[in-house]
Amino acid sequence: MDVMPKWADVILIPVISIILAAILSALVILAIGENPWEALKLMVSGALGSTYGWGYTIYYATNFIFTGLAVAIAAQAKMFNIGGEGQALLGGLGVAIVCLYIPWPHWTLALLGAAAAAALFGAAWAAIPAFLQAKRGSHIVITTIMFNFIAAALLNFLLIGALKAPGMEPATAKFPEPAHLPSFQDMFNFGDTTFFRGAPANVSFFVALAACLFVWALVWRTRLGYEIRSFGESESAAKYAGISPTKIIMVTMLISGALAGMMAINNVQGEAERLVLNAAEGAGFIGIAVALMGRNHPFGVLLAALLFGFLYQGGAELALWTSIPRELIIVIQALVILFTGALDNMVRMPLERLFMSMRRA
Amino acid sequence: MDFATLLQMLDATLRLATPLLLACLAGLYSERAGIFDIGLEGKMLAAAFMSAAIASVTGNVWLGLLAGIGASMLLSGIHGLASITFRGNQLISGVAINFLAAGLTVVVAQSWFKQGGRTPQLSGDARFNPIELPFAEQLRDVPVLGTIYYELISGHTILVYVALLLVPATWWILYRTRFGLRLRAVGENPAAVDTAGVSVIGLRFAAVAICGVLCGIAGAYLATALQAGFTKDMSAGRGYIALAALIFAKWRPWYALYSCLLFGFLQAMALRSDVVENVIGFALNNQLLDVLPFILVVILTGFVGKAAGPKAGGEAYVKER
Repeated sequence: MDVMPKWADVILIPVISIILAAILSALVILAIGENPWEALKLMVSGALGSTYGWGYTIYYATNFIFTGLAVAIAAQAKMFNIGGEGQALLGGLGVAIVCLYIPWPHWTLALLGAAAAAALFGAAWAAIPAFLQAKRGSHIVITTIMFNFIAAALLNFLLIGALKAPGMEPATAKFPEPAHLPSFQDMFNFGDTTFFRGAPANVSFFVALAACLFVWALVWRTRLGYEIRSFGESESAAKYAGISPTKIIMVTMLISGALAGMMAINNVQGEAERLVLNAAEGAGFIGIAVALMGRNHPFGVLLAALLFGFLYQGGAELALWTSIPRELIIVIQALVILFTGALDNMVRMPLERLFMSMRRA
Repeated sequence: MDFATLLQMLDATLRLATPLLLACLAGLYSERAGIFDIGLEGKMLAAAFMSAAIASVTGNVWLGLLAGIGASMLLSGIHGLASITFRGNQLISGVAINFLAAGLTVVVAQSWFKQGGRTPQLSGDARFNPIELPFAEQLRDVPVLGTIYYELISGHTILVYVALLLVPATWWILYRTRFGLRLRAVGENPAAVDTAGVSVIGLRFAAVAICGVLCGIAGAYLATALQAGFTKDMSAGRGYIALAALIFAKWRPWYALYSCLLFGFLQAMALRSDVVENVIGFALNNQLLDVLPFILVVILTGFVGKAAGPKAGGEAYVKER
């Protein structure tokens, strides 16, 4: 018998956690001499008050869906992939190479090619830590963090070297026109009224939705997904059932890395249309918070990614109009990870007691 | 490479290894007691900011050091609460602490000093200054040994010597005291410690607190001795390198010293790419030199033997009911 009804586990606990994180964030804002209520109003109007704001919110959410799914699927196998940032950077490299050096006839083909390259590069970057975990027992948390640093240096090296376009900036040349992905502005243009004008949301949002569906089907509707979940629940039981730990670790991490890498079709191909320094902008790390909040379920990841998209765009508006720096979003992100991840029991234990006493009554 | 350059390199190695060593020993106490801590990075960063902030306001570096230790201890407290009291995931708690420090330091620095997320430059008594060991000046002209004493051993800040002395001290505490025995036991088999009537929770909190103090010193060293002030993300992955050094040292104090010196030497190489070029005969790319420690971490943890940590590491202890 479960102590708590399922809805309390999947909805109530995350909601309480996010409220706790919000209260602490408000205290931080108060402590640096700003008004939290005004800040919240500014965030809501900036992120949700116009189709322009929505366009940014959805754009950021698209990034976080990919990186959140990457963390979530690894978590299904009880692995903690902190390397989403590096894998997303490498995905960007794959997108840039494919878009710059292959003359695509049409954007649909360019999208397929770029997505494949992004997934391949991201997966390759996750492969080495996965291999070391599976075969040598070195901890995947340490190695993926190291690979984030190495990825940043590698891109740094390429962008001031081999891939650098003429000019001062450490960035590649702009991608050719056929590689341009339709933005929401292109798609939702009805003659005299244009929605999402100037916002970077683009067609890769729908790829992200498809990725959610894919992960759901994979984890809960296939034999491989069953093996991944069994391995996550109990490694010894999975081994006894004839499931190879090496195979599960490798395959799960490859899928995870591929998902994180595919974020690049949104930020590199969709928005910047060239590869710049630090293109992932911390989205790989936000994936951790998104996966934790979304309880490692694709639908939860989608909702949490939208919430963080809102926070990200709202935070940018705050930095623009008040003296609150953008780094506030990192604080909020940390608090969400803390409450939904590490201090889960702090919220859960009293709730469980409450439900127990209600049942007895 | 001549003798003088070699001494310079080793001198830089010692300076750069110090924060790694302090953080590594911090992690050693925590992990020996069974609490994983990837929040070393965040604790160092928070301590670096608070020490620089308080030192710059009061002009007294010792008050800065205390404030830095306080900030680090506060984060340690959160980690203890999450991973000991509420039996949460220790890795996730560490990640949260790292982000909390990365965000809060910049937000608060901007609010207090309005210099784009940094503290003002420190000088004079607001910094730890080099101290000259006795007779360094007199022995300076003694060939080789005197030069080594003057150039390499003397002339560091007090925190460097503190860090070095902490190595034998840690060895002694771990292997020669009752507290050390219990600390090691609680990381291997907490149930046995509990059966003996010793508080597992208490021991683990003590370990996490020691970890907080040492990370605090490490952070203060970064901002008030190695550099003159706090800058955004100044810990630059040192907490993670310290953690890798700890694994490489197989959780033993003397080996921790050696592996931290190795990583310190790699960082010194990155600073002196000209020397490296002279020695090996061709120029290494700067980016490559910068990430050499990180690549070495991967190689060391992956290819040099299997390192098994304390058996009960990462698991919360549940008393039998």
